[in-house]
Amino acid sequence: MQTSIAQSEPERKLQRMSGGKLKRFLNNRTLLLMCLPAIAFFVIFAYLPMPGLYLAFINYNYSDGIFKSPFVAFDNFRFLVINGDLWRLSFNTVAYNLVFIVLGNVLQIFVAILLNEIRRKWFKKVTQTLMFLPHFISAVLIGLIAYNILSYDYGILNTMLESFGMEPVKTYSDPKIWPFIIVLTFLWQSTGYGSIIYFAAIMGLDNEIIEASEIDGANAFQRIIYIVLPWLKPTFIILMLFSLGGILKGNFGLFFNLVGANNTALYPTTDIIETYVFRSLMTNFNFSIGSAVSLYQSVFGFVVVLTANWLVRKASPENSLF
Amino acid sequence: MENREDSRSIRTDVSGTIVKLFGYLFISFFALCCLLPFLLVLGTSLTAEGAIKKYGFNFWPREFSTFAYKIVFENPDLIIGSYFVTMGITLAGTALGLFLVAMTGYALQRPDFGYRNGISFFIYFTTLFSGGLVPFYLLMTQYLSLKDNYLAVLLPGLLSPFLIIMMKSFVRSIPHAITESAKIDGAGDFTIFLKLILPMTTPALATIGLFIALGYWNEWYNSMLFLSPDMKYRPLQLFLYNVVTSADFIRNSSAASNVQLRDMPLESMKMATAVVATGPVILFYPFVQRYFIKGITVGAVKG
Repeated sequence: MQTSIAQSEPERKLQRMSGGKLKRFLNNRTLLLMCLPAIAFFVIFAYLPMPGLYLAFINYNYSDGIFKSPFVAFDNFRFLVINGDLWRLSFNTVAYNLVFIVLGNVLQIFVAILLNEIRRKWFKKVTQTLMFLPHFISAVLIGLIAYNILSYDYGILNTMLESFGMEPVKTYSDPKIWPFIIVLTFLWQSTGYGSIIYFAAIMGLDNEIIEASEIDGANAFQRIIYIVLPWLKPTFIILMLFSLGGILKGNFGLFFNLVGANNTALYPTTDIIETYVFRSLMTNFNFSIGSAVSLYQSVFGFVVVLTANWLVRKASPENSLF
Repeated sequence: MENREDSRSIRTDVSGTIVKLFGYLFISFFALCCLLPFLLVLGTSLTAEGAIKKYGFNFWPREFSTFAYKIVFENPDLIIGSYFVTMGITLAGTALGLFLVAMTGYALQRPDFGYRNGISFFIYFTTLFSGGLVPFYLLMTQYLSLKDNYLAVLLPGLLSPFLIIMMKSFVRSIPHAITESAKIDGAGDFTIFLKLILPMTTPALATIGLFIALGYWNEWYNSMLFLSPDMKYRPLQLFLYNVVTSADFIRNSSAASNVQLRDMPLESMKMATAVVATGPVILFYPFVQRYFIKGITVGAVKG
């Protein structure tokens, strides 16, 4: 290693005496020390909770604590499978994420391409700023905005429906319409910000190719379909695969603030893994069931990430995670 | 970015006009959809409660009234206290978090750091596998005793693998030769980081700092988990959440402001609180937007 220049005499002596490991440690000790706070952080907040997943295999009760509560092996999982919760949660979480990923990316590409066609600088700037806006607000405010639109009594949606002579919608008690509400809100919040990646990718497209296509007589549609879209394909595939890795992770803030903490009528279509675990902790105090669902989520999520990464490595090795 | 237009303007075909026209229409429509909900909240907050009951929420107040704001500021120490709590957490968290992210990111990007792959994976692994909410909650409340402690909001937000990876990508653009020559001059690793690297990465630090700050400002999840509504001064978003969701809060502020419960402007008050809690950030953000853009385009290149 090249670092040995800055070392003091006793250190060098030590190195000569011991093997490579100690030498490596001493060479790197300042850098190691600089990483120490981060290591401590992740040990405490990410690694320490992991053994707590043992809760999934016991029937936790508060008086006995973690170590004395009865061990029940896979009973919690059996319970979740038999009552259908696990299936419903997995389906909701995965289905929402799939729709988010596909529609989200398609709309982001769409917006990026249209933005690129627009020449007026001020227009681009103003609209981009407005489109980013929803990304910068808290989930609480998103819930409140949805309430402004959807509230049965005062919401602007029903005001508009009534002014057209239509029946008002009982939004907060009709589970059927919620997939649309949630997907629309997601797209509303994420499209502007997400389109940046695609917009940046289009910027990387060589001008000469565009010019050549125009000399060859390609019109705007042909330019978009045969040059821009194929150019964006690798970015699209990589982003899709990356998001696939997180397909079992739900967006808690979005669902929780849109649906509300205890609107049971909407659970069939809006309950995802995160909201279920949250309730098992804060409302039902069933720590073991909550942990069982979390463990299931982590293990399957891990398998999905490995698969997605394997696919990325096939598609483009330099982009794979590990 | 815009230099493409000159070369092309010679031949304008029909399809180009159609695409452009559609672009202007669609982008305008979408941008308007992004703006209108905010105007809805603002408009409702300035509407008299009676008009809300009669006509519903609207963009333009049918009967203008600032009563809701009066009630919100009737008990000003609550909202001002919340502001101070959030600002305190945001400032402290951003300063400390930024320093830690930068220091870790720099160390992990040094090609001569023997443990960098191991530590990078150690950090990255936490995004792949997690203990979930229940063990985290038990750890925070029973073992670290952070219930009703602002540290429960401050500490978990300090670092994230995503930001460390982003910092690594930023640092990668600084030639390693700079570090090497400083070492030859006898500078230690920490001094190099502090005196040499930090000043060279200010755009990166601005981006990462803004990501951290935005996270703290919008933080409501850990606040909701670990801070009870009995706390007098809560972070802004939790305060807003309590105003939006809890009837108790309305009752309390009715008692505090000597306004009869039935006269309380329930709906407009929620919106007024939202405006007060969010307004300043929204006004601030167009000025810093470009840093976020930089962040996402750098972050897209994996670390």
